[in-house]
Amino acid sequence: MTIFPILMAAWQNILIALAVLGGLGALFGAALAVASKVFAVEKDPRLDEIIEVLPGANCGGCGYAGCSTFAAALLDGSAHPGGCPVGGEECGKKCAAILGIEMEKNTRLAAFVACSGGIHALRKYDYVGISDCASAAKLAGGPAECRFGCLGLGSCTQACKFGALSIRDGVAHVDHEKCTGCLKCIDACPRHIIHAAPYYADVNIACSSHERGAALRKICEIGCLGCKICEKTCTHDAIHVVDNLAEIDYAKCVGCGDCAAKCPRHLISDSNLNRAATDI
Amino acid sequence: MSFTGLFSIALGSILVENYILVQFLGICPFLGVSKKTDTALGMSMAVIFVMTLSSIFTWMVNEWLLIPFELTYMRTVAFILVIAALVQLVELFLQKAAPALYSALGIYLPLITTNCAVLGCALQNANASYGFVEAVVSGFTAAVGFSLALLLFSSVRERLRFADYPKAFEGFPIALVSAALLALAFMGFSGLEVF
Repeated sequence: MTIFPILMAAWQNILIALAVLGGLGALFGAALAVASKVFAVEKDPRLDEIIEVLPGANCGGCGYAGCSTFAAALLDGSAHPGGCPVGGEECGKKCAAILGIEMEKNTRLAAFVACSGGIHALRKYDYVGISDCASAAKLAGGPAECRFGCLGLGSCTQACKFGALSIRDGVAHVDHEKCTGCLKCIDACPRHIIHAAPYYADVNIACSSHERGAALRKICEIGCLGCKICEKTCTHDAIHVVDNLAEIDYAKCVGCGDCAAKCPRHLISDSNLNRAATDI
Repeated sequence: MSFTGLFSIALGSILVENYILVQFLGICPFLGVSKKTDTALGMSMAVIFVMTLSSIFTWMVNEWLLIPFELTYMRTVAFILVIAALVQLVELFLQKAAPALYSALGIYLPLITTNCAVLGCALQNANASYGFVEAVVSGFTAAVGFSLALLLFSSVRERLRFADYPKAFEGFPIALVSAALLALAFMGFSGLEVF
């Protein structure tokens, strides 16, 4: 029975420790519970739902810092549900459903390289420096004779996280299947010849040269001469020659393909999708 | 407490007994968030904030609860409880009161819960039986010392990216070597005293 008082003393110690620490914990717990009520930040419950639907890659292709900022922009109406290039139509529909609005159609974008030059264009010199378009462009205006043309060193292919760009016959080429429309390549191109075109665009003009026809003819076998045949052919007022270069108005174009058939340089692809298919 | 006493505490925790480079506490954020000076600065601000507050609250808990009830052997548990609750509370408060600061500190705020320099500081304050003012000064300056080491190291690592060193040293090895050299430099402060 001698062990009993020792046990009692030990119990007392344990109980005091338990009471003090338990009390401390309970106090902090209560304080946190109160604080979470007092400092509660009101959040739209739809925000989490939208974030759940979005791909979550935080690639920034939508033009916002990440998926959660894009979701917030959707809620305050400054972005539209089809704005996520990676999630595409399916993700857009889900977002629209959560927001209770209709999703507008065909807002998907794809990169389009507006140059067909490459091996068809004259070279000024052989560039042997580091394989980067920006540095090549700085050396006497780049190795290509055409000051608007693709340099073909593939800065855009490195910028593309989805492996959608490749250099073919000296020109950057977009694989339509792989392009998510994040448009990172646009910034990577020092010539600014990569455009955002509607994914389902029927007509694109694969040239960026504003050179006059006679001068261009000497340096490129394939570039736009500004002959205006397409403009005259078009019955929908969708294609115009501005500064010696044909420009397409995607809103007006119906995709009849008349201009593509008449173009003497075969420069106009009658379908973005077909172009991708025929090039392979 | 005289001004010289407080100054000697400050000098001690910033330079002589620097938490990272001399006592080797808080190495995890030291290596983890030192790749960029921007993030290092964010972490430093968060640590200064939390460490100062935690020395206030751990002092209270120690003086008013643990010592009267003779529970000083429970310090580690009690202090961790205080620090974790405090960080949570600060996070809730900042989210409401200063959303800009909250998003600037970002992930670093909750990470501080597991920063052993914060706990180390609280325990050393208790062991040295500092008074309230001394404990606060010690906590604040320890965090300043932490920030100093973190910022120095992050600027070193930014320079390292352009340095020419053997390939085998790429990444963490060269970071550890430079951390060791930095620690060696701080050893030079040992023995510094205020009379």
